[in-house]
Amino acid sequence: MAAAKRNIRRPAVAPKAPAARKMIPEKALIMSGYGINSEMETQEVLARAGMASDIVHINDLIAGERQLSDYRLLVFPGGFSYGDDTGAGNAYANRVRNNLWDELQEFLDGDNLVLGICNGFQILANLGLVPAFDRSYAREIALMPNRGGRLECRFVTLKPEHESHWTKGIERIWCPVSHGEGNFSCSAETLKKIKQKKMVAFTYCREDMSPANGEYPYNPNGALEDIAGITSADKKVLGMMPHPERAMEFYNLYDWPLVKEQARREGRPVPKESPNMQIFKNIVEYFS
Amino acid sequence: MASFVHRIEVHFTKDPRLKTRTDRVRSLGFPVDELHLADVYTIVTTARGFTRDELVQVAQQLVNPVVQEYTVDEATLPLFDYAIEVGFLPGVTDNVGTTARQTIEDFLAMKFGEGDAVYSSQLYFVRGQMPRPALEKLAATLANPLVNRVYIRTRQEYGQKGMDRVVPAVELHELSTAEPVDLEISDTELVKLGKEGILDPQTGQRRGPLALDLAQLHTIRDHFRTLGRNPTDVELESLAQTWSEHCKHTIFASAMDDDVPRGLYKTFIQAATNEIREAAGEKDICVSVFSDNSGAIVFDDEFIVTHKVETHNSPSALDPFGGALTGIVGVNRDTIGFGLGAKPCINIYGFCVGDPETGPSLFRGKNKTNPVLSPRQILDGVVRGVGVGGNCSGIPTPQGFCWFDNRYAGKPLVFAGTVGVMPREQGGRKLHEKTAHTGDLIVMVGGRVGKDGIHGATFSSEALDSKSPVTAVQIGDPITQKKFSDVIVKEARDLGLYRSITDNGAGGLSCSVAEMAKECNGCHVHLDRVPLKYHGMAPWEVWISESQERMTLAVPPENLRAFMDLMACRDVEATVIGEFTDSGRCVVECGGKTVMEIGLDFLHDGLPKKHLTTSFERKANPEPNVPCPDRLDATLVAMMKQKNICSTEFVTVQYDHTVQGGHVLGPVQGKGRVQSVATLTKVVLNSKKAVGLSQALFPSYSEIDPYRMAGAVIDTAIRGLVAMGVPLDRIAILDNFCWCSSDDPERLGQLKLAAKGCYDFAKAFSTPFISGKDSMFNDFSGFDADNNPVKVSVPPTLLISSIGVHPDAAKAVSLDAKIAGDLVYIVGQTRVELGGSEYFAHLGSPGNTVPVLDAGAAKERYARLASAIAHELVASAFPVSHGGLGVALAKVAIAGRLGMDLTLPVPDSMRPDYFLFSESLSRFVVTVAPDHKRAFEQAMGADAVLVGRTGGSRLRISGRVLLLDVGVDELAKAYKAPFGGY
Repeated sequence: MAAAKRNIRRPAVAPKAPAARKMIPEKALIMSGYGINSEMETQEVLARAGMASDIVHINDLIAGERQLSDYRLLVFPGGFSYGDDTGAGNAYANRVRNNLWDELQEFLDGDNLVLGICNGFQILANLGLVPAFDRSYAREIALMPNRGGRLECRFVTLKPEHESHWTKGIERIWCPVSHGEGNFSCSAETLKKIKQKKMVAFTYCREDMSPANGEYPYNPNGALEDIAGITSADKKVLGMMPHPERAMEFYNLYDWPLVKEQARREGRPVPKESPNMQIFKNIVEYFS
Repeated sequence: MASFVHRIEVHFTKDPRLKTRTDRVRSLGFPVDELHLADVYTIVTTARGFTRDELVQVAQQLVNPVVQEYTVDEATLPLFDYAIEVGFLPGVTDNVGTTARQTIEDFLAMKFGEGDAVYSSQLYFVRGQMPRPALEKLAATLANPLVNRVYIRTRQEYGQKGMDRVVPAVELHELSTAEPVDLEISDTELVKLGKEGILDPQTGQRRGPLALDLAQLHTIRDHFRTLGRNPTDVELESLAQTWSEHCKHTIFASAMDDDVPRGLYKTFIQAATNEIREAAGEKDICVSVFSDNSGAIVFDDEFIVTHKVETHNSPSALDPFGGALTGIVGVNRDTIGFGLGAKPCINIYGFCVGDPETGPSLFRGKNKTNPVLSPRQILDGVVRGVGVGGNCSGIPTPQGFCWFDNRYAGKPLVFAGTVGVMPREQGGRKLHEKTAHTGDLIVMVGGRVGKDGIHGATFSSEALDSKSPVTAVQIGDPITQKKFSDVIVKEARDLGLYRSITDNGAGGLSCSVAEMAKECNGCHVHLDRVPLKYHGMAPWEVWISESQERMTLAVPPENLRAFMDLMACRDVEATVIGEFTDSGRCVVECGGKTVMEIGLDFLHDGLPKKHLTTSFERKANPEPNVPCPDRLDATLVAMMKQKNICSTEFVTVQYDHTVQGGHVLGPVQGKGRVQSVATLTKVVLNSKKAVGLSQALFPSYSEIDPYRMAGAVIDTAIRGLVAMGVPLDRIAILDNFCWCSSDDPERLGQLKLAAKGCYDFAKAFSTPFISGKDSMFNDFSGFDADNNPVKVSVPPTLLISSIGVHPDAAKAVSLDAKIAGDLVYIVGQTRVELGGSEYFAHLGSPGNTVPVLDAGAAKERYARLASAIAHELVASAFPVSHGGLGVALAKVAIAGRLGMDLTLPVPDSMRPDYFLFSESLSRFVVTVAPDHKRAFEQAMGADAVLVGRTGGSRLRISGRVLLLDVGVDELAKAYKAPFGGY
């Protein structure tokens, strides 16, 4: 890799700053490169929640152009890193482990948070950042290929299972999944520990909030016990398959035209923001 | 050659896809109990081997130990009866192998050298007894002989040792030099040269079609006579690429009959746009039309949006997956290569294929050799190809269609389109403008060059037959493209590091470099600097190879260091291969010798003009002779199951349509999940505006009345956007003509009428064409099972794609009926217009009366509806198209999971079934809240007819008497049945 002067990434469509965007001083680092693809909407959703961020190519971190220690939140966004070859998230996780492991450990030791969405969750799982019962960071869960054998893109309903700083104040998440490998799996023993330590963050459920019980399409991939996302044992890390950042506005929600009509007929105001924003507001609140 | 070969096999301890995979194969008729799968990595190194410890560590990098197991240099031994290994043929893009190699390099901190590689393959384990022929047939569904190698073993043959370690390395002869080609030969010989290609002096075989006709070869011969020499093979191949129908659109450019001396494109397409833009004055929405890789319109004060729709038909016929994949990633590059680089933000697709439930017996060769893939295989492949391309590239794919007709069985049509977004200006530059300067370096970025796709451009200009070259097949590598796409449109562009850019598509470097050379009037290329996938390619092959995932840029020397550094730290290969000059010539050098030196004026404008003659005769088709049934319940249920009406949601849900966060109105809508004909997407997240996209085609009208067909297609593509609330003056359109036998005056006669329709109706709506493409020879020539020669031609197919900017996404309207008690309106006139309709197809006779477009009335109606939507008076709106009112009403009801009770104003003179299924244009089904009745009726005038209300769970339709009363659930079931198992 050339060690010459680097040019810093600049988004082509930079988030236009709406007038009253108040940002906390803590910043987020959003990983990019090798097929990560949701970095820009992730930056936008964090900005709307009140947190500024930098999108950083993994090679700039490896080359020391940017320091992880300058940030308080590390995000592995969605994408198709390395085209899901050798298992979704696996190759990108290898690149992180083989090049950035010490910095990452240090980051995890501090009062910092890590969020992985979709491909990001797959990367976290392969790195052993979740469940991370201890500091050995062994791989203990897998996000296997979907039961249907192909990518599934549709809106799903999520129920928060255990309250943490990630899920506080959330009743329901209604957002897209879009992955080929999100089929949560682990040993019975690991599952027991995950439940004992209250690490299940979100489960797939039906529209009436009753459990999906593995039934397609409510559970879109066959995930064990309908698990859509888990935290690490110390709750610093959250990994989830669904994409709350892709439905940040009311107008991103699958059923908004119907909900809008209902609201207007009943004389209620039509919402602007989606309830999914709460996850990101919770992050901001954690640092505030 | 390779000294060390190791094999790692990976399998799931409990494979989650086992049941789906087994079920799919069983549904194709194979008596398989279980179909297991292992992933195989064959690691080949020359300089060093690996210790067992190292290999175990490597294997651990390639698996997930929680759910997978592996073997190193040992056979996987599950319970099975047969093993089938499917790998790639030498030289075929192997993305998984590349990723595995990078992982190993990173892990062991080493670099693979020349000839070292990792090859991936898949090892299927079949449980169940099958005779050998069935086994071979199964293998044929798992593999495509044009790209895959297959090995079959019985359990006994497999033994304890398993499969062989096979190294599919490319081994070619030494680099051959450029050869002069003698054109001083007889006309018969010249014709053969044009059709079958240059005779290779080493192999004694023809190299594949140049697709140059005799007049063109005479022009080339005469030109080189004046230079006093013969052309080299590089020059001749290069001219063939640049002059190909695919690149020069000779049929659209040629004079036609006496009344179209300037050709169809200038007379009908370009003229419409020019006249519309002039009339619009300051309200002109166009920014860039026809001149660049995409067309562009205004989005808002800060941004423009681009659109381009391509076809990739011939490659998809041979390898549906690879063809469709390269189709979509190829059109993505038309976005990255627009202006100084737009960001791809929406993909669209369209597939015209044979009925997947049928298996036409078609062969490219005699005696049942070289069979055409079945429509089901083609459908599965193209669906997967566009999916992998869009999904891996992080581009949402919301909009698209599947169209079924067995006239597409010989050659499918695969449409792929991409919308891009870019700021209008950046650092004082207008980003849609670009110019290479003399002295700028020619830099090739992205993948390496191999023999893939050679003769792709000339080959797509020919009908498919047994001589179609296998090298025309290529497999895309979306991640390589994603890497350079990100660094170009998100970094290098805004740093101002280059002055011009274009993509390498048809014709490869020969077309991209020569095209950019026009900007400064010359180029000088050193072919031996071009990075190759493997050694042994001849200069002409390097020059015209269509290896995917490459862009060509003009980088000023002062920016070269910064540019190359940036590419290097984004892991993108970039190579200086020459420089732009002002010599007026395209000069190519290889091994110190000049292998090409042609004046740019001859290269680009030397093509001899043609004068085409056409004919057209209207044929009388039989009208159906079936009386109107008393009740139409069963008819409507049957109509919902027609393949061109029913749901193909299985495609929609495997395409990521939410990435980039702009989903507003998606590909399926409503509680009852009905497929929309138009979608709305935010491409600038903080703007309230959004981009609407739709597409339309009516191939069933073409043979009856191509002029009216064009009207139907334009009207329907526009109407999809209007139904969401996009105003007509914010809409632009794109044309894709996919014709057949375009050397036949009758086909050209149909083409001329369709093109004239395009002019008339685009003008009438004031919707400019901003980009277009044509593909003129979509014919298959071969044999049936009894050795009879067969020609299968696609029906003349015009696809119009529309793009429009919605002023306020929050006011957009979806298609589903919303709330019980809402009023149901039919907007627009219904006439007896069923020629080529879905209903007449159902009845078995095409008929003659294709719907007429009254564009004047439609234009006023669309303005009124857009205004009603802007005032939020409309609860749902859906355009009436294939299948008429009956189908549209059913879809609105299914989507809302809401019944309707309706009385339709069927005139006494009209059969109720014709009223219900006529495909008259410019109509909508609209639902309105009772509170908005007066305001809506005022807005729409007499055009909107109140026909009843929503409510209950049944669709109940009366005319003069009760016509049908069907449960919405039953309709939904019918609508979703045909592709339920896909």
